[in-house]
Amino acid sequence: MARNIITLIAATVCASLSTWNLMAQEELKVGEFASLTGGSASFGQSSHKGTALAIDEINNAGGLLGKKVKLITEDDQSQAGQPATIVRKLISGDKVVAVLGEVASSKSLEAAPICQQNKIPMISPASTNPKVTEVGDYVFRVCFIDPFQGTVMAKFAAGKGWKKVAVLTDVKQDYSVGLAQFFKEGVSKGGGEIVKEQSYSTGDKDFKAQLTSIKATKPEAIFVPGYYAEVALIARQARQLGIKAPLLGGDGWVGESLLPVGGAALDGCFFSCHFSADDEAPVVQDFVKKFRAKYNGTPDDMAALGYDSAMILADAIKRADGTDSAKLRDAIAATKDYPAVTGKITLNEQRNATKSAVILGIESGKFKFVESVAP
Amino acid sequence: MIEFLQQVINGLSLGAIYALIALGYTMIYGVLRFVNFAHGDVFMVGSYAGFYLAPLLIAGLAAEGAAKPPWTPPFAKNSLAGAICVLVAAMLICAALGIIIEKLAYRPLRSRPRLTVLITAIGVSIFLEYTGQFVFGVDPRYFPEILETHTVGNFPTERWHFLNLDDLGLAVTNVQLIVFVVTLLLLFALRIVVLNTRMGMAMRALSSNPTACSLMGVNNDVVVSFTFGLGSALAAAGGILYALMYPSIDPLMGVLVGLKAFVAAVLGGIGNIPGAALGGMLIGVVETMVVGYGEHIGIASSYRDGVAFAILILILLVKPTGLFGKSEREKV
Repeated sequence: MARNIITLIAATVCASLSTWNLMAQEELKVGEFASLTGGSASFGQSSHKGTALAIDEINNAGGLLGKKVKLITEDDQSQAGQPATIVRKLISGDKVVAVLGEVASSKSLEAAPICQQNKIPMISPASTNPKVTEVGDYVFRVCFIDPFQGTVMAKFAAGKGWKKVAVLTDVKQDYSVGLAQFFKEGVSKGGGEIVKEQSYSTGDKDFKAQLTSIKATKPEAIFVPGYYAEVALIARQARQLGIKAPLLGGDGWVGESLLPVGGAALDGCFFSCHFSADDEAPVVQDFVKKFRAKYNGTPDDMAALGYDSAMILADAIKRADGTDSAKLRDAIAATKDYPAVTGKITLNEQRNATKSAVILGIESGKFKFVESVAP
Repeated sequence: MIEFLQQVINGLSLGAIYALIALGYTMIYGVLRFVNFAHGDVFMVGSYAGFYLAPLLIAGLAAEGAAKPPWTPPFAKNSLAGAICVLVAAMLICAALGIIIEKLAYRPLRSRPRLTVLITAIGVSIFLEYTGQFVFGVDPRYFPEILETHTVGNFPTERWHFLNLDDLGLAVTNVQLIVFVVTLLLLFALRIVVLNTRMGMAMRALSSNPTACSLMGVNNDVVVSFTFGLGSALAAAGGILYALMYPSIDPLMGVLVGLKAFVAAVLGGIGNIPGAALGGMLIGVVETMVVGYGEHIGIASSYRDGVAFAILILILLVKPTGLFGKSEREKV
């Protein structure tokens, strides 16, 4: 009998030990959806690298709440319709505690309602369209929104003493129109004057007509909040027409063909951006070093934002001391002055990050860090 | 006033490009009574041919990090001979492409209704666009400077000039002048080919009556191939000059330009060679003026394309054959 009892106790202990073991090995699952293939793959790959780096770092430091963090990454192939399916699978199949993604606003807008319905917090690394976080109180982002860049560049122009500015907008892009609108407001507030407004459409190649009419008003700077493909040609044609005023723009300028096509015409121009690997802030240099060690390349802004999205989530899980979705949501929402790679992040009432933007200048064919502008 | 003159110059140089592409459209139509919708895409292939050939033929153009050409390029940087060589090579490649397209896609359908061929042309166009995206990549590429662009201070040449453009405050680039001259040269060359050569005579004969033409001992297949080859070579010339002026090329660059050139050809009276050139110039100038001065009469600059197409509709309503087109009675 005594023997039996001992066996029983031993068995119980073993059983409880093994459960305890199981508990210890239990993982904290975080879902990520990104465009790893397809049209916007370069953005998706970058942000995924940043996110994965952050998760590795968290696990090397002992994980969260005593558990290892497991990142479950799904590829949405840059296709519309995919994010919804994937995020449903992540939430109901994998039972993730939170979802990270995506770069493109249109993809985030597909996933956001599903996260909202299931009350699973979602953090987008780089969707700048204001509508994304308007979906509901479980949707956050760690990047600034479109209008902010317009305001930042207006401040920058005022700081440089450029009072007479012209604006050349891409009317086919909400992004461009949004930036232009806030830039104009910022300029008038700063005592400057918009001397000319002109527009073009995505895909145009000839901008001489617009630039000629801008030239006649003798602006001190020209704000071109478009995408790199057109901006490069605009810069060339402006210089050909003898316009010497610098061009200003936003993060849409970042693209592979900007510098080869624009060449010397872009020297002396400035644009706002999320992040610069040349920023000397220790937190940035530390990140760049870790990124280089893991991937053997220099991180771009998408990688930095991907990294920040995971880090903000980890920080919130720690503060919430659990993964209960309502508590976790509140903890994310309470993020204040978090020292992220892309600037000090505070999430405001609209669940958008208020943080500084980086201004880059172009000098002899290279991006150069100029300053970081606080909101 | 200077601003206005500058806008006129901008308009004419844009128009010259449209005119150049419209020449190919109009010639193929003039001979075969068929709108080759793939023309704009052959134009795109022409640009890419130049893109890949230029570093092989001209020294110092290989992009940073790209593989160096396997041999020493025969031409020095910024030499006119090198640029002409790239132009001619691209024209030959596209001529071959045009002939192949005609053989594979259009010839088997020659006895079918014209609508069938027209739809096939749209198919060929889409095929070229997406094959281009697959082969060349989607992102815009930088077209190497086969001739360095610089602003021209004195007109017409540095030594003998009667106009000092710098003093006037007018900006004209050498590329704009080259585009203009090449368009005029090709316009005259084309007229000579069509009006003064045996092949041209055969083309005109084929255009007026294919059956009678072949009964007179003309090999229609050869004439059609020649027409397509010539038209596609013109598209390639347009592609190279366009890329020289706007050095960012992508696989879909031919879509809108091709459409504008088509409008130019119809505007001038499709099938009429000088008409196409004039139509192109007109579209270019009108577009530029809409952007430059449209806001004074309540047209936003973003309506430039809309206005170009509105003019087309107006002209077709008033004069359905275009500015220079001859009216033709449909045979019943």
